[in-house]
Amino acid sequence: MASSHQASGIQTGRLAAADIADNFADLHPAYDAHEAAVAADRCYFCYDAPCMTACPTSIDIPQFIREIQAGHPSSAAKTILDQNILGGMCARVCPTETLCEEACVREAAEGKPVEIGRLQRYATDVVMDKDVHPYSRAASTGKKVAVVGAGPAGLSAAHRLAMLGHDVVVFDAKSKAGGLNEFGIAAYKSTENFAAREVNWLLKIGGITMDYGKKLGAELSLDGLQAEYDAVFLSIGLAGVNALRAEGEDLDGVRDAVDFIEDLRQADDLGALPVGRNVVVIGGGMTAVDAAVQSKLLGAENVTIAYRRGRDAMGASRFEQDLAASKGVKLMFNVMPKAIHGAGAASEIELEYTSVEEGRVRGTGETTRLSADQVYKAIGQSLVGQPEAVELEGGKIMVDATGRTSVANVWAGGDCASGGEDLTVTAVAEGRDAAMDIHASLMG
Amino acid sequence: MADLTTEFLGIKSPNPFWLASAPPTDKEYNVRRAFEAGWGGVVWKTLGSEGPPVVNVNGPRYGAIFGADRRLLGLNNIELITDRSLEINLEEITRVKKDYPDRAVIVSIMVPCEEQAWKDILPKVEATGADGIELNFGCPHGMAERGMGAAVGQVPEYIQMVTEWCKKYYSKPVIVKLTPNITDVRFPARAAKNGGGDAVSLINTINSIVSVDLDQMAPEPTVGGKGTHGGYCGPAVKPIAMNMVAEIARCPETHDLPISAIGGVTTWKDAAEFMALGAGNVQVCTAAMTYGFNVVKEMISGLSNWMDEKGYTSTQDFIGMAVPNVTDWQYLDLNFIAKAKINQEDCISCGRCFAACEDTSHQAIEMSADRVFTVKDDECVACNLCVNVCPIEGCITMEEVPAGQIDERTGKVVSDEYANWTTHPNNPSATAAE
Repeated sequence: MASSHQASGIQTGRLAAADIADNFADLHPAYDAHEAAVAADRCYFCYDAPCMTACPTSIDIPQFIREIQAGHPSSAAKTILDQNILGGMCARVCPTETLCEEACVREAAEGKPVEIGRLQRYATDVVMDKDVHPYSRAASTGKKVAVVGAGPAGLSAAHRLAMLGHDVVVFDAKSKAGGLNEFGIAAYKSTENFAAREVNWLLKIGGITMDYGKKLGAELSLDGLQAEYDAVFLSIGLAGVNALRAEGEDLDGVRDAVDFIEDLRQADDLGALPVGRNVVVIGGGMTAVDAAVQSKLLGAENVTIAYRRGRDAMGASRFEQDLAASKGVKLMFNVMPKAIHGAGAASEIELEYTSVEEGRVRGTGETTRLSADQVYKAIGQSLVGQPEAVELEGGKIMVDATGRTSVANVWAGGDCASGGEDLTVTAVAEGRDAAMDIHASLMG
Repeated sequence: MADLTTEFLGIKSPNPFWLASAPPTDKEYNVRRAFEAGWGGVVWKTLGSEGPPVVNVNGPRYGAIFGADRRLLGLNNIELITDRSLEINLEEITRVKKDYPDRAVIVSIMVPCEEQAWKDILPKVEATGADGIELNFGCPHGMAERGMGAAVGQVPEYIQMVTEWCKKYYSKPVIVKLTPNITDVRFPARAAKNGGGDAVSLINTINSIVSVDLDQMAPEPTVGGKGTHGGYCGPAVKPIAMNMVAEIARCPETHDLPISAIGGVTTWKDAAEFMALGAGNVQVCTAAMTYGFNVVKEMISGLSNWMDEKGYTSTQDFIGMAVPNVTDWQYLDLNFIAKAKINQEDCISCGRCFAACEDTSHQAIEMSADRVFTVKDDECVACNLCVNVCPIEGCITMEEVPAGQIDERTGKVVSDEYANWTTHPNNPSATAAE
């Protein structure tokens, strides 16, 4: 007998297996061929299309939609993958509502953009499902490149470098590739083990060796890599989690949201994953929403996102906010954690209301308390474990437009590098562009 | 609600929407359903001579062209005339007409081009009590290979001859159905009139290959690996049909010849347009075949609603009203000057107008860095392409440049005088404009 929503404390099996399966089904189910044709037909094939400009990887969106509309989605997939080798994942996780679909002229015209993300998924699925890899390697250049970190930036760089004829070794501290695609995003955005399938598909290019359990600063050193490889690409992500700096942070039940999501993504049986009755998530970004929504989907009775600024400042898009609300997550704005109370384990969180003056958040002195047997911290990640030699900028590895760091023959991209939003799609673009620059540099 | 009662050749029907001679009118069963749905009349599917009826292919008979969301835009068929016996058809026609005296029942006929064949069938048709006949001189496939259908319709002398026979052996109205597979529709129309025909109906279907199966490498519909040209119809053919109707309606020799218009009528508006171009009523087939007989209900409500808005109390009030405004190119006013105008409030910045104008027309639209599109009046020739490619209806309009103002493209003051090609100085055969 499964325990219910109301069982107090952190419990497993709040919901029946069937309900869990329903809850974690694909957020945006795949189109069938007719749906894709109808959706594709809505594209106006804009001149110098705003959607394409809005895409960090500059996918020729009108072109790929036209290829779907004309009945050859495999060409559409090629158009997408030429620019974005992780086009399948980006179709699932991109905040399209703030990128291509926001720029779509039909958004301006009728508030209903062409569903570019779902069309992209349709096209890329066609290729993935056929297990066709439409790229082959150029003749070997004899050059070796080390990629540190097998997340989106690293995979993107590795694929492009391998395609150009270089031999690539990708190191990762974990035992699996994918980075946040595999460990970090909500499960309902990457169903049926998509992240891992995509990595397998990507590696079909050949010329990429995966080397797991290797961490910079431990098994690896930048000096060592520089000595052994012609170039190094750092895509180590943001492994640190910011602290709350609130009393009670060390109580049981207080946890980093990214760890929870990682556990969830790697769980074989979601029903066996414990979740609180009253969950409070501190933060305002996508990680906060992913943690909150998934807590709710696991059967938590009350889930609250507590964010210290107003709705407009929230990192999660309005779509994500509405998704959370539709799943029953309560959004609280202008509150910050003052203390977490409980005897050994969290039972209550004390929040202080805030006002934002000249951009700075200040407590108003007024407080409120919520039951909380589980508190997730999602207040941002930070760079840790970077090589000492590289210069930083704003807490990240300083890079130029093509990803060059301050150290010769060392490039960086993805969340660990300065500039750009911390999105999968941005990481892919940075990895690709750095690869092109590495190639140019090596082939001089 | 406006009264849609329409009289065509003295035949009254409660509305101007008849079903054309085609599969929907092949049987009593279908026709009764059509009348129950509200159709004003039917032209019964073409009867052939007594004896063993024709046979149809047993593979696909139709092919189609689709628009967005599989909307059927054009249909082509390789079906022949009725493949049921003459006797059964005549019995059914008799029963239906008796039960629906207020609806028009016209019998379509196609028999060999011999006087005896027509002399044999016409009294039998007359005995059914049907209101008139329609001569199928249009069927472009199959029957034409046997010297009937379009094979007759393409020879004005044959049209006249057969029409004369029909007038001789049949006392009620004779409608001559014309094929569009000719170069100038006025010739067959004149022949129909000269033969004593009471009206023409047009168009029959257009010779067509609707698609090619690229795996079988054969035209579609494909029957046992082969295909043949079929008759094209549906919304896609309406512009062709409207021109032919207008040509007959404005021809001095045939302008008084009643016309029953056929070709892609799908909504009330299609019907109103045909009727404005001189058609006394319309016949419908593809719309019914696509959506079923209930489509007539929208046609009825739409036409009635429009007539009320316009203050028309009878279809007679607007039939032919657009005919005087159909003219030859040479009489169009070359002093009429317009410019495209983009309404920035409505513009969604898709840039289709820009791509169309810049790539394929007159480079008369400017695009700013922030995607604002404006018309360059000094380049715009008012071709209207931007209006046609703009996805937002009414966003781009053609604004007349009033007389007295300067046309920035030519630098000339716009004249308020009408001037056409016949008097234009560039015309080598211009007549003096005195």
